[in-house]
Amino acid sequence: MELIEKMLNGDKRACARLISSVENNSNEAEDIIKTIYPHTGKAHVIGITGPPGAGKSTLTDKLVKLLRKKDLRVGIIAVDPTSPYTGGAILGDRIRMNDLALDPGVFIRSMGTRGYLGGLAKATRNTVKILDAFGCDVVIIETVGVGQSEVDIVKAADTVVMVMVPGLGDDIQSIKAGVMEIGDIFAVNKSDILGAQRTATEINMMLDLSQNLERRPPVVMVTASQNQNIDKLLEEIEKHYIYMKENDILEKRRKLNIKRELVELVEEELRKYVIKETENKGEMESVTLSLYTKETDPFTIRDILLSKIK
Amino acid sequence: MSKLIRVLIAKPGLDGHDRGAKMIARALRDAGMEVIYTGLRQTPEQIVAAAIQEDVDAIGMSILSGAHNHLFPKVIKLLKEQNASDILVIGGGVIPEDDIPELLEAGVGAIFTPGTLTSDIIKYLRENVQ
Repeated sequence: MELIEKMLNGDKRACARLISSVENNSNEAEDIIKTIYPHTGKAHVIGITGPPGAGKSTLTDKLVKLLRKKDLRVGIIAVDPTSPYTGGAILGDRIRMNDLALDPGVFIRSMGTRGYLGGLAKATRNTVKILDAFGCDVVIIETVGVGQSEVDIVKAADTVVMVMVPGLGDDIQSIKAGVMEIGDIFAVNKSDILGAQRTATEINMMLDLSQNLERRPPVVMVTASQNQNIDKLLEEIEKHYIYMKENDILEKRRKLNIKRELVELVEEELRKYVIKETENKGEMESVTLSLYTKETDPFTIRDILLSKIK
Repeated sequence: MSKLIRVLIAKPGLDGHDRGAKMIARALRDAGMEVIYTGLRQTPEQIVAAAIQEDVDAIGMSILSGAHNHLFPKVIKLLKEQNASDILVIGGGVIPEDDIPELLEAGVGAIFTPGTLTSDIIKYLRENVQ
Protein backbone atom coordinates (compact mmCIF):
# COMPACT_ATOMS: atom_id res chain seq x y z
CA MET A 1 0.00 0.00 0.00
CA GLU A 2 1.31 3.35 -1.02
CA LEU A 3 0.15 5.10 2.16
CA ILE A 4 2.06 2.67 4.37
CA GLU A 5 5.22 3.24 2.34
CA LYS A 6 4.80 6.98 2.77
CA MET A 7 4.06 6.69 6.47
CA LEU A 8 7.15 4.56 7.05
CA ASN A 9 9.12 7.33 5.33
CA GLY A 10 7.81 9.88 7.80
CA ASP A 11 4.84 11.42 5.96
CA LYS A 12 2.46 12.83 8.59
CA ARG A 13 -0.53 13.06 6.29
CA ALA A 14 -0.16 9.39 5.33
CA CYS A 15 0.12 8.50 9.00
CA ALA A 16 -3.06 10.46 9.76
CA ARG A 17 -4.91 8.76 6.92
CA LEU A 18 -3.91 5.32 8.12
CA ILE A 19 -5.17 6.15 11.61
CA SER A 20 -8.53 7.17 10.11
CA SER A 21 -8.75 3.87 8.26
CA VAL A 22 -8.10 1.97 11.46
CA GLU A 23 -10.63 4.11 13.34
CA ASN A 24 -13.34 3.65 10.77
CA ASN A 25 -12.71 -0.08 10.83
CA SER A 26 -12.61 -0.15 7.09
CA ASN A 27 -11.52 -3.24 5.25
CA GLU A 28 -8.12 -1.66 4.82
CA ALA A 29 -7.55 -1.63 8.58
CA GLU A 30 -6.63 -5.30 8.78
CA ASP A 31 -4.25 -5.06 5.85
CA ILE A 32 -2.59 -2.03 7.39
CA ILE A 33 -1.95 -3.77 10.69
CA LYS A 34 -0.79 -6.94 8.93
CA THR A 35 1.78 -4.95 6.98
CA ILE A 36 3.11 -2.78 9.79
CA TYR A 37 3.04 -5.35 12.59
CA PRO A 38 6.73 -6.32 12.18
CA HIS A 39 7.66 -2.64 12.63
CA THR A 40 5.97 -2.38 16.02
CA GLY A 41 7.03 -3.04 19.59
CA LYS A 42 9.82 -0.48 19.70
CA ALA A 43 8.14 2.48 21.38
CA HIS A 44 7.75 3.01 25.10
CA VAL A 45 3.98 3.34 25.55
CA ILE A 46 3.01 5.61 28.43
CA GLY A 47 -0.56 5.89 29.67
CA ILE A 48 -1.71 9.08 31.34
CA THR A 49 -4.96 8.58 33.19
CA GLY A 50 -6.98 10.21 35.95
CA PRO A 51 -10.27 11.98 36.64
CA PRO A 52 -11.67 14.73 34.36
CA GLY A 53 -9.94 18.04 34.90
CA ALA A 54 -6.98 16.52 36.74
CA GLY A 55 -4.62 18.11 34.23
CA LYS A 56 -3.78 15.13 32.06
CA SER A 57 -3.42 17.16 28.86
CA THR A 58 -1.37 19.90 30.49
CA LEU A 59 0.88 17.32 32.08
CA THR A 60 1.25 15.51 28.76
CA ASP A 61 2.22 18.79 27.10
CA LYS A 62 4.96 19.42 29.67
CA LEU A 63 6.24 15.85 29.59
CA VAL A 64 6.47 15.90 25.81
CA LYS A 65 8.49 19.12 25.88
CA LEU A 66 11.04 17.40 28.12
CA LEU A 67 11.09 14.31 25.91
CA ARG A 68 11.72 16.53 22.90
CA LYS A 69 14.76 18.04 24.64
CA LYS A 70 16.14 14.52 24.67
CA ASP A 71 15.47 14.41 20.94
CA LEU A 72 12.91 11.63 21.22
CA ARG A 73 10.06 11.47 18.71
CA VAL A 74 6.68 11.42 20.40
CA GLY A 75 3.21 10.34 19.36
CA ILE A 76 0.20 11.38 21.42
CA ILE A 77 -3.23 9.79 21.36
CA ALA A 78 -5.71 11.95 23.26
CA VAL A 79 -9.03 10.26 23.93
CA ASP A 80 -12.20 12.17 24.77
CA PRO A 81 -15.75 10.85 25.18
CA THR A 82 -18.19 10.36 22.32
CA SER A 83 -21.83 11.26 22.94
CA PRO A 84 -23.87 8.11 23.41
CA TYR A 85 -26.87 10.00 22.00
CA THR A 86 -25.58 11.55 18.79
CA GLY A 87 -22.23 9.87 18.14
CA GLY A 88 -20.64 13.31 18.07
CA ALA A 89 -17.75 14.47 20.24
CA ILE A 90 -15.79 17.51 21.28
CA LEU A 91 -12.13 16.58 21.25
CA GLY A 92 -10.45 19.33 23.20
CA ASP A 93 -7.16 17.99 24.50
CA ARG A 94 -5.13 19.80 21.85
CA ILE A 95 -5.97 23.12 23.48
CA ARG A 96 -3.33 22.38 26.12
CA MET A 97 -0.78 21.25 23.57
CA ASN A 98 -0.82 24.02 20.99
CA ASP A 99 2.92 24.66 21.28
CA LEU A 100 3.54 21.12 20.09
CA ALA A 101 1.48 21.40 16.90
CA LEU A 102 4.38 22.62 14.77
CA ASP A 103 7.07 20.40 16.22
CA PRO A 104 8.13 18.03 13.43
CA GLY A 105 8.98 15.36 16.02
CA VAL A 106 5.50 15.28 17.54
CA PHE A 107 2.30 13.76 16.19
CA ILE A 108 -0.94 14.40 18.06
CA ARG A 109 -4.17 12.59 17.33
CA SER A 110 -7.47 13.21 19.10
CA MET A 111 -9.88 10.32 19.28
CA GLY A 112 -13.51 9.89 20.34
CA THR A 113 -14.35 6.78 22.35
CA ARG A 114 -17.13 5.89 19.86
CA GLY A 115 -19.01 3.70 22.27
CA TYR A 116 -16.02 2.03 23.87
CA LEU A 117 -16.23 2.14 27.66
CA GLY A 118 -12.89 1.29 29.22
CA GLY A 119 -11.32 4.75 28.99
CA LEU A 120 -9.87 4.24 25.53
CA ALA A 121 -11.27 4.14 22.00
CA LYS A 122 -11.55 0.85 20.15
CA ALA A 123 -8.90 1.96 17.69
CA THR A 124 -6.42 3.16 20.32
CA ARG A 125 -4.25 0.07 20.38
CA ASN A 126 -3.99 -0.11 16.61
CA THR A 127 -3.17 3.58 16.50
CA VAL A 128 -0.32 2.94 18.93
CA LYS A 129 0.98 0.39 16.43
CA ILE A 130 0.84 2.92 13.60
CA LEU A 131 2.66 5.61 15.62
CA ASP A 132 5.21 3.02 16.70
CA ALA A 133 5.86 2.02 13.09
CA PHE A 134 5.90 5.71 12.16
CA GLY A 135 9.06 5.95 14.26
CA CYS A 136 7.87 7.40 17.55
CA ASP A 137 10.23 6.54 20.39
CA VAL A 138 7.52 7.26 22.91
CA VAL A 139 3.75 6.99 22.47
CA ILE A 140 1.60 8.68 25.09
CA ILE A 141 -2.01 7.66 25.48
CA GLU A 142 -4.11 10.15 27.36
CA THR A 143 -7.33 8.43 28.45
CA VAL A 144 -10.72 10.02 28.84
CA GLY A 145 -11.32 11.40 32.31
CA VAL A 146 -11.84 8.24 34.30
CA GLY A 147 -14.08 7.46 37.24
CA GLN A 148 -13.48 4.33 39.24
CA SER A 149 -13.32 1.42 36.88
CA GLU A 150 -11.91 2.45 33.51
CA VAL A 151 -8.76 0.40 33.58
CA ASP A 152 -8.24 -0.53 29.92
CA ILE A 153 -5.12 1.60 29.82
CA VAL A 154 -3.18 -1.21 31.51
CA LYS A 155 -3.91 -3.36 28.48
CA ALA A 156 -2.33 -0.82 26.17
CA ALA A 157 0.52 0.84 28.04
CA ASP A 158 3.91 -0.19 29.43
CA THR A 159 3.84 2.48 32.12
CA VAL A 160 0.67 3.94 33.62
CA VAL A 161 0.78 7.34 35.28
CA MET A 162 -2.24 7.95 37.47
CA VAL A 163 -2.85 11.67 37.79
CA MET A 164 -4.64 12.67 40.99
CA VAL A 165 -5.66 16.04 42.36
CA PRO A 166 -6.56 17.28 45.83
CA GLY A 167 -10.17 17.60 46.89
CA LEU A 168 -11.79 14.53 45.38
CA GLY A 169 -12.73 12.75 48.55
CA ASP A 170 -11.37 11.28 51.72
CA ASP A 171 -8.85 8.52 52.21
CA ILE A 172 -11.42 5.76 51.75
CA GLN A 173 -11.49 6.65 48.05
CA SER A 174 -7.86 5.72 47.73
CA ILE A 175 -8.28 2.19 49.08
CA LYS A 176 -11.12 1.22 46.75
CA ALA A 177 -10.50 -1.21 43.95
CA GLY A 178 -10.30 -0.10 40.35
CA VAL A 179 -8.32 2.76 38.91
CA MET A 180 -6.24 3.24 42.06
CA GLU A 181 -4.70 -0.18 41.52
CA ILE A 182 -3.32 0.42 38.05
CA GLY A 183 -0.86 3.25 38.58
CA ASP A 184 2.81 2.40 38.09
CA ILE A 185 3.45 5.97 39.12
CA PHE A 186 1.16 8.40 40.92
CA ALA A 187 1.33 12.08 40.10
CA VAL A 188 -0.45 14.48 42.43
CA ASN A 189 -1.08 17.45 40.16
CA LYS A 190 -2.05 20.97 41.19
CA SER A 191 0.19 20.49 44.20
CA ASP A 192 0.21 24.23 44.75
CA ILE A 193 -3.33 24.14 46.08
CA LEU A 194 -4.45 23.34 49.59
CA GLY A 195 -4.77 19.67 50.43
CA ALA A 196 -2.22 18.38 47.93
CA GLN A 197 0.13 17.13 50.59
CA ARG A 198 -2.74 15.33 52.26
CA THR A 199 -3.74 13.68 48.97
CA ALA A 200 -0.15 12.51 48.49
CA THR A 201 -0.07 11.16 52.03
CA GLU A 202 -3.31 9.26 51.51
CA ILE A 203 -2.00 7.68 48.33
CA ASN A 204 1.25 6.79 50.07
CA MET A 205 -0.66 5.18 52.91
CA MET A 206 -2.78 3.22 50.46
CA LEU A 207 0.37 2.02 48.69
CA ASP A 208 1.97 1.01 51.98
CA LEU A 209 -1.02 -1.19 52.74
CA SER A 210 -0.47 -3.20 49.58
CA GLN A 211 1.26 -6.48 50.22
CA ASN A 212 3.39 -8.56 47.89
CA LEU A 213 4.17 -5.61 45.68
CA GLU A 214 7.19 -6.35 43.53
CA ARG A 215 7.66 -2.65 43.17
CA ARG A 216 6.07 0.09 45.18
CA PRO A 217 4.81 2.86 42.87
CA PRO A 218 6.32 6.26 43.64
CA VAL A 219 4.17 9.32 44.32
CA VAL A 220 5.36 12.54 42.69
CA MET A 221 3.90 15.95 43.48
CA VAL A 222 3.73 18.13 40.37
CA THR A 223 2.17 21.37 39.19
CA ALA A 224 1.84 20.92 35.45
CA SER A 225 0.62 24.44 34.72
CA GLN A 226 3.74 25.87 36.40
CA ASN A 227 5.99 23.21 34.89
CA GLN A 228 7.00 22.13 38.39
CA ASN A 229 8.61 18.79 39.14
CA ILE A 230 7.84 17.43 35.67
CA ASP A 231 11.50 16.42 35.35
CA LYS A 232 11.12 14.33 38.51
CA LEU A 233 8.03 12.64 37.06
CA LEU A 234 9.79 11.87 33.79
CA GLU A 235 12.70 10.45 35.74
CA GLU A 236 10.31 8.07 37.51
CA ILE A 237 8.74 7.09 34.16
CA GLU A 238 12.15 6.31 32.73
CA LYS A 239 13.16 4.41 35.86
CA HIS A 240 10.03 2.30 35.59
CA TYR A 241 10.80 1.41 31.99
CA ILE A 242 14.36 0.40 32.83
CA TYR A 243 13.17 -1.57 35.84
CA MET A 244 10.72 -3.48 33.65
CA LYS A 245 13.32 -4.22 31.01
CA GLU A 246 15.93 -5.37 33.49
CA ASN A 247 13.57 -7.68 35.31
CA ASP A 248 11.87 -9.17 32.24
CA ILE A 249 8.64 -7.60 33.38
CA LEU A 250 8.25 -5.66 30.17
CA GLU A 251 8.26 -8.86 28.16
CA LYS A 252 5.78 -10.47 30.53
CA ARG A 253 3.47 -7.45 30.47
CA ARG A 254 3.55 -7.11 26.70
CA LYS A 255 2.92 -10.81 26.17
CA LEU A 256 -0.05 -10.64 28.51
CA ASN A 257 -1.44 -7.67 26.60
CA ILE A 258 -0.88 -9.32 23.24
CA LYS A 259 -2.76 -12.35 24.52
CA ARG A 260 -5.62 -10.17 25.78
CA GLU A 261 -5.88 -8.42 22.45
CA LEU A 262 -5.88 -11.71 20.58
CA VAL A 263 -8.59 -13.13 22.81
CA GLU A 264 -10.71 -10.04 22.20
CA LEU A 265 -10.25 -10.35 18.45
CA VAL A 266 -11.28 -13.99 18.47
CA GLU A 267 -14.25 -13.28 20.74
CA GLU A 268 -15.46 -10.51 18.48
CA GLU A 269 -15.23 -12.59 15.30
CA LEU A 270 -16.77 -15.59 16.96
CA ARG A 271 -19.65 -13.56 18.31
CA LYS A 272 -20.30 -11.94 14.93
CA TYR A 273 -20.13 -15.32 13.21
CA VAL A 274 -22.49 -17.13 15.56
CA ILE A 275 -25.03 -14.33 15.58
CA LYS A 276 -24.92 -14.00 11.80
CA GLU A 277 -25.32 -17.73 11.27
CA THR A 278 -28.24 -17.85 13.66
CA GLU A 279 -29.92 -14.87 12.05
CA ASN A 280 -29.29 -16.12 8.52
CA LYS A 281 -31.05 -19.36 9.32
CA GLY A 282 -33.92 -17.35 10.75
CA GLU A 283 -33.52 -19.05 14.10
CA MET A 284 -33.08 -15.97 16.23
CA GLU A 285 -36.81 -15.36 16.53
CA SER A 286 -37.64 -18.96 17.41
CA VAL A 287 -34.95 -19.32 20.06
CA THR A 288 -35.94 -15.99 21.58
CA LEU A 289 -39.53 -17.20 21.75
CA SER A 290 -38.54 -20.48 23.35
CA LEU A 291 -36.69 -18.53 26.00
CA TYR A 292 -39.58 -16.15 26.51
CA THR A 293 -42.00 -19.01 27.05
CA LYS A 294 -39.45 -20.66 29.37
CA GLU A 295 -39.41 -23.83 27.30
CA THR A 296 -35.68 -23.79 27.66
CA ASP A 297 -32.93 -21.68 29.19
CA PRO A 298 -30.20 -19.37 27.86
CA PHE A 299 -27.33 -21.72 28.66
CA THR A 300 -28.86 -24.63 26.73
CA ILE A 301 -29.46 -22.39 23.72
CA ARG A 302 -25.92 -21.05 23.94
CA ASP A 303 -24.51 -24.58 23.76
CA ILE A 304 -26.73 -25.45 20.80
CA LEU A 305 -25.62 -22.35 18.89
CA LEU A 306 -21.97 -22.94 19.68
CA SER A 307 -22.12 -26.61 18.76
CA LYS A 308 -22.94 -25.63 15.20
CA ILE A 309 -19.56 -24.04 14.59
CA LYS A 310 -17.48 -26.85 15.93
CA MET B 1 -23.38 3.80 8.83
CA SER B 2 -22.47 6.99 7.03
CA LYS B 3 -18.95 8.32 7.39
CA LEU B 4 -18.21 10.22 10.58
CA ILE B 5 -17.42 13.82 9.71
CA ARG B 6 -14.41 15.31 11.52
CA VAL B 7 -14.15 19.08 11.77
CA LEU B 8 -11.44 21.27 13.25
CA ILE B 9 -12.74 24.43 14.88
CA ALA B 10 -10.16 27.13 15.47
CA LYS B 11 -9.83 30.75 16.42
CA PRO B 12 -6.97 32.17 14.40
CA GLY B 13 -5.16 35.36 15.27
CA LEU B 14 -5.54 37.74 18.14
CA ASP B 15 -9.10 37.77 19.22
CA GLY B 16 -10.28 36.42 22.50
CA HIS B 17 -13.98 35.96 21.94
CA ASP B 18 -14.75 32.31 21.38
CA ARG B 19 -18.37 31.98 22.33
CA GLY B 20 -19.43 31.67 18.71
CA ALA B 21 -16.78 29.05 17.98
CA LYS B 22 -17.84 27.04 21.03
CA MET B 23 -21.46 27.26 20.01
CA ILE B 24 -20.68 25.94 16.55
CA ALA B 25 -18.52 23.19 18.04
CA ARG B 26 -21.40 22.17 20.27
CA ALA B 27 -23.93 22.25 17.41
CA LEU B 28 -21.71 20.07 15.24
CA ARG B 29 -21.21 17.66 18.11
CA ASP B 30 -24.96 17.40 18.53
CA ALA B 31 -25.21 16.72 14.81
CA GLY B 32 -23.04 13.64 15.33
CA MET B 33 -19.73 15.04 14.15
CA GLU B 34 -16.34 14.78 15.80
CA VAL B 35 -15.11 18.27 16.55
CA ILE B 36 -11.48 18.93 17.30
CA TYR B 37 -11.47 22.19 19.21
CA THR B 38 -8.08 23.88 19.28
CA GLY B 39 -8.94 27.05 21.14
CA LEU B 40 -7.78 30.63 20.93
CA ARG B 41 -4.92 32.46 19.24
CA GLN B 42 -3.92 29.91 16.65
CA THR B 43 -1.53 30.68 13.84
CA PRO B 44 -2.43 29.46 10.34
CA GLU B 45 0.56 27.14 10.55
CA GLN B 46 -0.74 25.56 13.76
CA ILE B 47 -4.21 25.17 12.30
CA VAL B 48 -2.99 23.43 9.17
CA ALA B 49 -0.61 21.16 11.11
CA ALA B 50 -3.45 20.13 13.43
CA ALA B 51 -5.86 19.59 10.52
CA ILE B 52 -3.40 17.26 8.82
CA GLN B 53 -2.59 15.22 11.92
CA GLU B 54 -6.25 14.94 12.82
CA ASP B 55 -7.18 14.02 9.23
CA VAL B 56 -10.23 16.29 9.34
CA ASP B 57 -12.71 16.74 6.53
CA ALA B 58 -13.14 20.44 7.19
CA ILE B 59 -11.67 23.40 9.03
CA GLY B 60 -14.01 25.99 10.51
CA MET B 61 -12.48 29.28 11.57
CA SER B 62 -14.13 32.01 13.55
CA ILE B 63 -12.66 35.48 13.11
CA LEU B 64 -13.89 38.64 14.75
CA SER B 65 -10.69 40.64 14.64
CA GLY B 66 -10.95 41.93 11.09
CA ALA B 67 -7.90 39.99 9.94
CA HIS B 68 -9.97 37.59 7.81
CA ASN B 69 -8.56 38.83 4.49
CA HIS B 70 -5.14 37.75 5.64
CA LEU B 71 -5.85 34.63 7.72
CA PHE B 72 -8.21 32.69 5.44
CA PRO B 73 -6.02 32.89 2.30
CA LYS B 74 -2.97 32.02 4.40
CA VAL B 75 -4.57 28.80 5.66
CA ILE B 76 -5.65 27.89 2.14
CA LYS B 77 -2.17 28.53 0.78
CA LEU B 78 -0.58 26.35 3.48
CA LEU B 79 -3.06 23.54 2.79
CA LYS B 80 -2.14 23.71 -0.88
CA GLU B 81 1.57 23.60 -0.11
CA GLN B 82 1.07 20.51 1.98
CA ASN B 83 -1.08 18.69 -0.59
CA ALA B 84 -4.14 18.99 1.59
CA SER B 85 -6.40 21.13 -0.58
CA ASP B 86 -9.10 18.52 -0.29
CA ILE B 87 -9.79 19.78 3.26
CA LEU B 88 -12.79 22.08 3.11
CA VAL B 89 -12.35 25.51 4.71
CA ILE B 90 -15.32 27.46 6.06
CA GLY B 91 -15.47 30.61 8.11
CA GLY B 92 -17.63 32.67 10.34
CA GLY B 93 -17.63 35.81 12.38
CA VAL B 94 -17.94 39.48 11.73
CA ILE B 95 -17.05 39.58 8.08
CA PRO B 96 -18.30 42.43 5.87
CA GLU B 97 -20.45 41.42 2.88
CA ASP B 98 -18.01 43.19 0.55
CA ASP B 99 -15.13 40.95 1.59
CA ILE B 100 -16.95 37.67 1.05
CA PRO B 101 -16.61 37.32 -2.75
CA GLU B 102 -12.87 37.68 -2.53
CA LEU B 103 -12.61 35.07 0.22
CA LEU B 104 -14.71 32.62 -1.78
CA GLU B 105 -12.51 33.35 -4.76
CA ALA B 106 -9.47 32.53 -2.63
CA GLY B 107 -10.91 29.08 -1.95
CA VAL B 108 -13.03 29.41 1.18
CA GLY B 109 -16.03 27.11 0.78
CA ALA B 110 -18.52 29.33 2.57
CA ILE B 111 -18.70 32.23 5.00
CA PHE B 112 -21.38 32.21 7.67
CA THR B 113 -22.10 35.60 9.19
CA PRO B 114 -24.01 36.41 12.39
CA GLY B 115 -27.61 35.23 12.27
CA THR B 116 -26.84 32.02 10.40
CA LEU B 117 -28.77 29.00 11.63
CA THR B 118 -26.49 26.26 12.90
CA SER B 119 -28.63 23.84 10.92
CA ASP B 120 -27.52 25.60 7.72
CA ILE B 121 -23.88 25.06 8.62
CA ILE B 122 -24.51 21.40 9.41
CA LYS B 123 -26.36 20.96 6.13
CA TYR B 124 -23.56 22.67 4.22
CA LEU B 125 -20.93 20.43 5.79
CA ARG B 126 -22.88 17.25 5.12
CA GLU B 127 -23.37 18.20 1.50
CA ASN B 128 -19.87 19.40 0.80
CA VAL B 129 -17.58 17.07 2.67
CA GLN B 130 -16.10 14.60 0.24
